[in-house]
Amino acid sequence: MATTVAEQAAAPIGPAAHKRRGGRRVRGDWLGVVPFFAYVLVFMGLPLYEVLHGAFTNAHGGLTFSNFSATFDYAQYPAAFKSSIILSVWTAAVGAVFGTWLAAAVLTTSPRNPLRRIVSSASGVFAYFGGVPLAFFFIASLGTTGMVTLFLKNQLGIDLYAHGFTITSVFGIGLAYCYFQVPLMVILITPALEGLRPQWREAVQSLGGSQWSYLRHVALPVLAPSFLASLLVLFGNSFAAYATALALVNGTVSLVPSQIQATLNGNVLVGQTGVGLALGVEMIVVIAVVMVLYGAVQMWARRWQQ
Amino acid sequence: MSGRRLRRPRAWTTGIFVLAGLFFLVPMIAAFKFALVQTSNGKYGFNNFTQVVDSSSIRGPLITSLEIAGITAVIVLVLMVPTVVWVRLKLPRLSLLMEGVTILPIVIPPVVLAAGLIQLQGHAPSWMAGLFNSPVTALTPFYVVLALPFTYRALDTGVRAIDLHTMVDAARNLGANWPTLLWRVVLPNIKTAVLGAAFLAIAMVLGEVVIAEFLLYQTLPTEMVQLGQAQGGVSTALSLLTIWFTFLLLMGLSFLGSRRRGTTTRARFL
Repeated sequence: MATTVAEQAAAPIGPAAHKRRGGRRVRGDWLGVVPFFAYVLVFMGLPLYEVLHGAFTNAHGGLTFSNFSATFDYAQYPAAFKSSIILSVWTAAVGAVFGTWLAAAVLTTSPRNPLRRIVSSASGVFAYFGGVPLAFFFIASLGTTGMVTLFLKNQLGIDLYAHGFTITSVFGIGLAYCYFQVPLMVILITPALEGLRPQWREAVQSLGGSQWSYLRHVALPVLAPSFLASLLVLFGNSFAAYATALALVNGTVSLVPSQIQATLNGNVLVGQTGVGLALGVEMIVVIAVVMVLYGAVQMWARRWQQ
Repeated sequence: MSGRRLRRPRAWTTGIFVLAGLFFLVPMIAAFKFALVQTSNGKYGFNNFTQVVDSSSIRGPLITSLEIAGITAVIVLVLMVPTVVWVRLKLPRLSLLMEGVTILPIVIPPVVLAAGLIQLQGHAPSWMAGLFNSPVTALTPFYVVLALPFTYRALDTGVRAIDLHTMVDAARNLGANWPTLLWRVVLPNIKTAVLGAAFLAIAMVLGEVVIAEFLLYQTLPTEMVQLGQAQGGVSTALSLLTIWFTFLLLMGLSFLGSRRRGTTTRARFL
């Protein structure tokens, strides 16, 4: 009883009262978010500061750019960037195409179909939390004595390893990366696909258009910005990822993260930490460029979301 | 919607379901088969799975990881629930900034964060240096940061779904102070989102390997990597158990989300 009275009393005056209060006490209100920003500043800001500081510091503590020039002078670093970028481009493309296809197929099933729930939960697991286990699944299926390798060899006469395939190569790692790229695309593109109104298809049909003309003139142009934005996220995701590669090859592959690990462990030369941190800064620069592009595409995409 | 349901399956949907089934299920079946082969006698059995519980080399890291997961979930909720509620209530203009800040841990490569942490370990301020003595105190504060992208979105979705202003004004009119209001009014109304955020934080901790590996702490995922070199079967069994457990967490989350309103009020992330 008391609650309903209070609710009735509060409902009409609520928003107005809130506005007035907000105007007067806006400075005090900021105190409420201080713990959050302080936490982020300390526990995310400090490590990032350490990366930046270390990248620009020489052994004697002075300012230097030699760490950055080293990342261009030693051939292994540009090579690592090249293979990381190639890997990210093709796994993003594969993930985007198959992920969109899978997401679209899932959406044609009934909303009550358990398949939807399973696909969405499994996508979450694979896309965000799968890292190391995915590597072992991959070894069990496509490793030298993997189930699929043996099946292809014994039943179909295709010997993968005789043709130069290994799961520890950059290409092999890329195949494993598709296990999280495809599900991530399913997660990213599903809201955009759900945004396609059935009325648009009906409009095309009633005007005598075919399925193809619906796709060509309505669905694809509407989806294009979301698709592009998701493609960029997939690129960044693959570029930054390391867990699966770490479990597959334990740090001996020409990818930027494993080069960073090598410098930090002193595997290459002792005292190369600064170079590793410079590589880290360069990774952030690449990701930042991707994020700026992502922001631009999102602005373009917003046109359709109103 | 009903017209959609009556449509018969077509080649392009069947095609991708078969492809996806092959691509995602075959490796899991292969892993299961591999994990069933016992190293002792080469026969099929559950030795590798029981090893996960029995082996002392796994039990230690397992307990460490579970401790980190639990504490991370608690800290992230204590930090984020009041913040999200406060931003929604008092500083709605800040939500864009919040979204930007909480996306950073996903955007920054884990390797880079790990590299910074190694440096920090070397010359941390004195109050922080003590944290690096044990894996739990060393990793938990930073895993909280890594969990932010997931938990912020889960909580934000939950808070947006309720009429927060009316609820808060009603409670304030009845004389509730802020802690009472959060604990007895807001929290019960967003408990699905809170539980979801906790699940996601736990899943995150059980999957993170790069930072723990770089800082040379032993957690469940790093143990999995190490075992992979010597005892592939046990390590694969452990992988399967982790994936299934995480899957169950997210499955439970999706049921929690749809039970309340009969619609799918899922976190935007999943």
